[in-house]
Amino acid sequence: MSNEDLEQSFFRQHISQRFNTELEDIHSRVLAMGGVVEQQLIDAVTAMSETRFDLAEKVVTSDYRVNAHEVEIDEACTEILVRRQPTASDLRLVLAVIKTVTDLERIGDEAERMGRMALHFLEQDRQNGPVEELADMGEQVRSMLRGALDTFARMDVDQAVRVAQLDIQVDSQYEVIVHRLMDQMMKSPHAVPRAMDVIWTARSLERIGDRARNICEYVVYFVRGKNVRHTSYEEMAQEATGDRH
Amino acid sequence: MQMPQPNDNPRSSGGIAARSAPGTAELREEDDTVESGDRSQPTPASGVTRAPEVGAGAEPETAEAVHPTKVDVRSLSLWYGDTQALFDVNLQIPDKDVTALIGPSGCGKSTFLRCINRMNDLIPSVTTQGQLLLDEADIYGPDVDVVQLRSRVGMVFQKPNPFPKSIYENVAYAPRIHGVAQKGAEMDDLVETSLRKAGLWQEVSDRLSLPGTSLSGGQQQRLCIARAIAVNPDVILMDEPASALDPVATATIEELIDELQSNYTIIIVTHNMQQAARVARYTAFFHLGEVIEYDRTDTIFTTPREKRTEDYITGRFG
Repeated sequence: MSNEDLEQSFFRQHISQRFNTELEDIHSRVLAMGGVVEQQLIDAVTAMSETRFDLAEKVVTSDYRVNAHEVEIDEACTEILVRRQPTASDLRLVLAVIKTVTDLERIGDEAERMGRMALHFLEQDRQNGPVEELADMGEQVRSMLRGALDTFARMDVDQAVRVAQLDIQVDSQYEVIVHRLMDQMMKSPHAVPRAMDVIWTARSLERIGDRARNICEYVVYFVRGKNVRHTSYEEMAQEATGDRH
Repeated sequence: MQMPQPNDNPRSSGGIAARSAPGTAELREEDDTVESGDRSQPTPASGVTRAPEVGAGAEPETAEAVHPTKVDVRSLSLWYGDTQALFDVNLQIPDKDVTALIGPSGCGKSTFLRCINRMNDLIPSVTTQGQLLLDEADIYGPDVDVVQLRSRVGMVFQKPNPFPKSIYENVAYAPRIHGVAQKGAEMDDLVETSLRKAGLWQEVSDRLSLPGTSLSGGQQQRLCIARAIAVNPDVILMDEPASALDPVATATIEELIDELQSNYTIIIVTHNMQQAARVARYTAFFHLGEVIEYDRTDTIFTTPREKRTEDYITGRFG
């Protein structure tokens, strides 16, 4: 289902035009918030991998924007619950939005944490040059987040399954980075402060991958009405395609 | 009244004795078709209505007691003259539970409700076909005493309609004509018990001789419920019992329904979907005389299978 189809089939069909608008509004506000969060992530990764002090500062001082989005969308959802008592897919949309917004806000927090880490790191270790080992994982997580947001925009269950599975690669990239840095730490105690900073940052990226996966799961919940939290990828794929075992 | 022959229709033939088992197999097939289909496409019309106990929505709560079927409706169709109002309705309504019937005006839900105590017999042009079993006995059978049936299947209407008699007499009238209780202490006890069960005793115990119509709307409705339960029915039918009441009186009635369900099978027609969601464990959605979907209430209101159900409960153009 494309975004346009979704708008045609889902948002435009209520007898109450205002209800259509309200649902469309929370959906598009999530995407706007997602845009801000994605930029925060990009900036945080770039600040670390390209030693950009300015970007690290920007990330740390911009988190309030993400939080403001969260509060606004929560309020809009509360209002819909109170005024409309939504049911079925409308209810599932509102619940999916509330949950997605929470995860986006946490992704924002992780980005902010990475920004702080970058500031700290740059103050201490600027002479050591860029942190290249995070670039690949950063790119992978960024594309996963973008994929999750795109999935949410279209409410596409097939894409949700594909994007959620990207988390497997993110997790293995995290493992590789941790092993490599532990090696360095064992070889040279001088490497420990820098390695710890990088590990913490990698940890944040890994968490962001988990949260992007959550967003994909909410899409499956909205479309299929099935809760696929805490299930395997295979179970998620089965529910998403509507297959029964 | 046209009574169905045993082999009148393919669905009712060859398996009536083995209740629910043949239906279940068919129903599973139906489920698969629906679930593998694209939800955005209208699913094919289904005349088959699953018993709620086989519903997928019941899976997480298998520990919950599944009540036996009290009212078993098989291929029930009904005509007003030449106009067909009910089409092949199949429903298994569980004992000592609340089942809500929802649907737009003219969908047949009230007509169906009135079939359950044969109120439609009062309309000369009505013909029915199919079976409606109460405790496995067809209520449209030739030897059924309709008066007796209506004492087992009580009814509460949209507008409170107490008799133009005292509060006491409103409750005592039916037990007296049915011979459930005689005058005197026995009847006094029955009136008090019934009013207590209806949650009205405390409000009226000191003015039982006042006319029933002197009470407030909500009190009158509870008086009608007391009147219905005075003859100790199995089933209570409620046709929009709270639609003429304010929110407080409505809440009182709903609380009462919640208390009564441990002793009575309650079937309630309501236009207020939140009310169905609040009071009923099972909900059937009627549309144009057909049962479109019948399942646990939480399933109907969170993940209905049928697009027509979804469109109705979410307020979309159907």
